[in-house]
Amino acid sequence: MTRTLVVAEIVEGKVRKSTYSAIAFARQLGAPFSILALGAGAQSASRELTPFGAEKVFVCDDPSLSNYVCERYAPTVAKVFRDDGFDTVAVTASAFGKDLAPRLAAKLGAGYASDINMVKVEGAKRSYRRPMYAGNAFGWVEILTPAQVVSVRQTEFAAAAPSGGESAVQSVAPAADEPAAARVEFLKLEASKSERPDLGEARVVVSGGRALKEQFNQVLEPLADALGAALGASRAACDAGYAPPELQVGQTGRTVAPQLYVAIGISGAIQHIAGMKASKVIVAINKDGDAPIFQIADYGLVADLFVAVPELVQELRRPS
Amino acid sequence: MKILVAVKRVADPENLNKIRLSAQGKIDTTGLEPKPSPYDEYALEAALRLTENGANPKQRLGEVVVVTFGPKEADSMLRAMLGTGADRAIRVDATDDGLDSDVVARGLAAIVGEEKPDLVLLGYQQAEHESNAVGQMLAEHLGWPQATFAGSIQSEDDKALVVGREVEGATAQVRVTLPAVVTVIDKIVHPKSVRSKTTASAHAYADGVRFAALMAIMAAKKKPLTEKKLADVAAGATPGVRYAAAELPPKRAAGVKVKDVKDLVGRLRTEAKVIG
Repeated sequence: MTRTLVVAEIVEGKVRKSTYSAIAFARQLGAPFSILALGAGAQSASRELTPFGAEKVFVCDDPSLSNYVCERYAPTVAKVFRDDGFDTVAVTASAFGKDLAPRLAAKLGAGYASDINMVKVEGAKRSYRRPMYAGNAFGWVEILTPAQVVSVRQTEFAAAAPSGGESAVQSVAPAADEPAAARVEFLKLEASKSERPDLGEARVVVSGGRALKEQFNQVLEPLADALGAALGASRAACDAGYAPPELQVGQTGRTVAPQLYVAIGISGAIQHIAGMKASKVIVAINKDGDAPIFQIADYGLVADLFVAVPELVQELRRPS
Repeated sequence: MKILVAVKRVADPENLNKIRLSAQGKIDTTGLEPKPSPYDEYALEAALRLTENGANPKQRLGEVVVVTFGPKEADSMLRAMLGTGADRAIRVDATDDGLDSDVVARGLAAIVGEEKPDLVLLGYQQAEHESNAVGQMLAEHLGWPQATFAGSIQSEDDKALVVGREVEGATAQVRVTLPAVVTVIDKIVHPKSVRSKTTASAHAYADGVRFAALMAIMAAKKKPLTEKKLADVAAGATPGVRYAAAELPPKRAAGVKVKDVKDLVGRLRTEAKVIG
């Protein structure tokens, strides 16, 4: 019988929404699972995790874990995994999960399937489907080791809803420090403060390309306001300094799958499309009718964005 | 500072939408030109910047060794990198069939044992399998600290690095004491992203990676390129994963071109029903 340990992502004493995707994956395996919450404030955050049908919620709330440092977190996850006889670790493929999971896999001697978007369970055999080649192919991968580590895509594993009940909470002590932990020091987290919804979780995303130049915010903000959207950008716009780097959508930026993705002045480079093509509806506005973005857009408008976007804002404000 | 840069040869990342499935259901990249994985090229650029004074880049202040796991054909990629400024190259003879992230990480760990670099730099993921795992696994095998998703690196007297890690909507700044493993993203080749211990903080590089001058390419033919056997660096290591099948994702069909803004909003409201 398989037993899965889901590692929750705790930030400032709260459970990050990404965690519920890993729980959704664990449920799909159709076998018992537990959740491990570690970090400063994990004790209070664990209350958010008890109504999901987990056998146990393990809590490691320790001052040494106040900021995420892989070299401190991985040994503690490994300790819980071994002490309680788990065979699978699941995390969501956020920056946190992608940093932690491979180190953990190496520590456990486990095979690692990263960034999976589907799982198939046939008796004792599991295969995982993962996007590769900038989203242009899916590979079905099997893990050959007894222990398995998996990171799951938030865009394809919809957040699990609470199922009621109350899991038992068990406190665990952090693992003994490893030498590597003494050689990494967390200095600070510089978060951009924005009133807008988070890019990864927004229902609508308005993204702009290099064509917007210095008028990136001036043109796009009214549209984002009208749609209640998060703002995104192409790599070219970020590289040119027209948009801050944290807005980047694409392979090295965020992967998004909103209900509506509006691409403004974006030509549609492969690495950008890799980050947004799972969106439900894609709208593209570009003056170049041959731009590759039109090959994947549900609705394309060939127009000068500096004229069309203000018009669009006006039209959206008009009552339907 | 001595830096080992791990690089991978991949099918042209700019044309991956042209891949097909073979009759056996395998991913077929025939016709795509082999290129270095872009994030690994960025890692090489970062390594060169860390081993020079930006104001006087001709004078080398350290050693950069590039290493790849691949067939004989990958030598031309390594030669080009020697032309760009790397000092030596190592190719571990291997084909992709015998490799996964962990086998590569174990092989790299063995090479680190021989080469004793202060730092291993590589792209955060390679452009084909995109596993984003080798750097973290290597750090674990070595017992070294890791800093992934690096968008900036600043050397503190080559004893430690201050690394800006780009994590969803934020930058996490960490200090790692060397030796360490650092994986980089595209932002690392921005003009002021990397600062060696001697480069002035005001120095701005040209955006992107440097290209080799013809003279340098000629000179690079004399630089050492050694070949190793996979069995010698990763004895007993076997892949922990197996790719059983592949498929192409459903193609997103091109939709309609709308005639104007009014038409667009009307369709979003009544047809797609994604706005109120």
